[in-house]
Amino acid sequence: MKILVTVKRVPDPEQKVKFKGTSVDVSAANWVINAFDEYAIEAALRLNENAATGEKLGETIALSIGPKDVSQQLRSALAMGADRAILVGGADEELDSFAVARIVKAVVEREKPDLLLMGKLATDGEASQVPQLCAALLDWPQATFAAQITANAEGLEVKREVDTGIEVKQVKLPAVVSVDLRIISPTAVVNGKTPATHAYQEGPRYASLKGIMAAKKKEIKEISLADLGVKAAPVTKLVSAEPPAGRKAGVKVKDVAELVSKLKNEAKVL
Amino acid sequence: MSFHGVDFYGLDELLTEDEILVRDNMRAFVDAEVMPRINKAFRDGVLPMDLAKKLGAMGALGAHLKGYGCAGMGSIAYGLLLQELERGDSGVRSFASVQGSLCMTPIYEYGTEEQKQKWLPRMAAGEAIGCFALTEPDFGSNPAGMLSNAVKTPSGYKLNGTKRWITNGSIADVAIVWAKLDGRVRGFLVERGTPGFTTADIHGKFSLRASVTSELVLEDVEVPEDAMLPGAIGIKGPLNILSNARYGISWGAIGAAMACFEEATEYAKSRKQFSRPIAGYQLVQAKLADMLTEITKAQLVSWRLGKLKDSGKLRPQQVSLAKRNNVYWALHIARSARDILGANGVTDEYQCGRHMCNLESVFTYEGTHDIHTLILGQEITGIAAFE
Repeated sequence: MKILVTVKRVPDPEQKVKFKGTSVDVSAANWVINAFDEYAIEAALRLNENAATGEKLGETIALSIGPKDVSQQLRSALAMGADRAILVGGADEELDSFAVARIVKAVVEREKPDLLLMGKLATDGEASQVPQLCAALLDWPQATFAAQITANAEGLEVKREVDTGIEVKQVKLPAVVSVDLRIISPTAVVNGKTPATHAYQEGPRYASLKGIMAAKKKEIKEISLADLGVKAAPVTKLVSAEPPAGRKAGVKVKDVAELVSKLKNEAKVL
Repeated sequence: MSFHGVDFYGLDELLTEDEILVRDNMRAFVDAEVMPRINKAFRDGVLPMDLAKKLGAMGALGAHLKGYGCAGMGSIAYGLLLQELERGDSGVRSFASVQGSLCMTPIYEYGTEEQKQKWLPRMAAGEAIGCFALTEPDFGSNPAGMLSNAVKTPSGYKLNGTKRWITNGSIADVAIVWAKLDGRVRGFLVERGTPGFTTADIHGKFSLRASVTSELVLEDVEVPEDAMLPGAIGIKGPLNILSNARYGISWGAIGAAMACFEEATEYAKSRKQFSRPIAGYQLVQAKLADMLTEITKAQLVSWRLGKLKDSGKLRPQQVSLAKRNNVYWALHIARSARDILGANGVTDEYQCGRHMCNLESVFTYEGTHDIHTLILGQEITGIAAFE
């Protein structure tokens, strides 16, 4: 099937967050692919291949929106195995969830994929809004937080982990699916072609050196918002961002009686 | 917390997108496949053999060669790949260097089309393993004096000799044996199991414990005509190959040094003595400043060396400078890190002790530190001290 998979670059979550005035300072950020988007790429590649024979079953297109140097993250998706990439030019500060959803919708209308596959959230803003907004704007069925995906005659069966157990959804294609962490476990994606006995390595695949060389020849098509006929026009405004207050030092108690007294009278948890 | 490397001078700006991808993917591979088990492998004195095929699947074996299942990477990407592997362990990097640089390269450069077709794709995939048999018990720095010899027979050649300190020796499917035929050094592909060809591992090593080191004995070993590499004639054959491999070692040493620097820095910041972190003491800061300085210099040396290599201007003396400098400082940095870690540095709960022991071998192999000093001495003065 033809899969459009979205790729957002985020500051490396392992890097210490810096603040400048009332906003997050990303000038020295080490940019990486949002982890959940990397899982979505892996899920797309698994859906579109017979892992036993190496046969390709469909086209995987990586899409990103942002400044030109997002090409590094798209190149990484191509090196993992995506067939081609689209980079829509845009300024980070103008791209709120609604703007991104409208841009993705415009690309979907051009590319007409069978499946829009996305990470469940981006680790920078943690909004978890874009997949749901896209489904609404496209009027497509959605299955969010996918822990397992099985391709079948009617479309996709998606299993999602909820508090009470596993919820099973069946969606017709075209559809929007957002993926959760579990989608990268060894047998989480079933496409009916890769033998059921095949266990993938846990996690998103590494780009092999041959994959990296092959990616140099793959296309990253750059298009502008004007080409798409979309204005970013964000509807939310970042008012301020500040680090959480540092933790206060704890206190030492003499005995159990004092501990219980403090829990009861000061912390009021007993 | 995963490894982040050292980039004080913005070297990333000198790297291409694909070079950064190679580095980052190998870094993640080493985090997942090497780091969780390297301590046990080192302690047990074994090379985790499944790494061969995993490295093959990554395209990390012979990545600098074109065709025959190889990735065809440029020299900088190849160097970064070895840097990341040696950040894990010098023994693991040695495995990849021997396979790719020392065994696949001579087949690629000196072999017939049949020899290339037979060996390179399988070696690139990690399905067949090679070893490079040059050093002998009594001929290390002076390989031209080797005693191993070949004589022509009606059907091929008969080989006799002993090789020692051969990485991958007993696990190799094919040994590239250098021996004198009519007084001239030639290379022969000797397959495992050929009658008269035996191997024995060298035990009791303090260093490169997660690596196989062997002695090879050849007693009237008969090989067919097509076992000889036609393109290598004279000691220059193996020496050219070694020069290429040394280029990779100059990068590998940076990886080990970075691992030690990172560990020592983290330790110094958290270890308190006299109620403050030892990182706040001037003597510790001086050590860390030296480490950062030497890692940064080594990076620039290797990066430039890679550019010279890709443009075909590389001279072996330039490789000598890089191997000599980078390994010397990596070893110094590992010792210094061990020092900062105090008693903890001598346990394998931390990695600097392992890197320190490993680097003692790297200091000695592929041309000892002293031999590279003399090569530079000859370059400067025009007078060879070793002839």
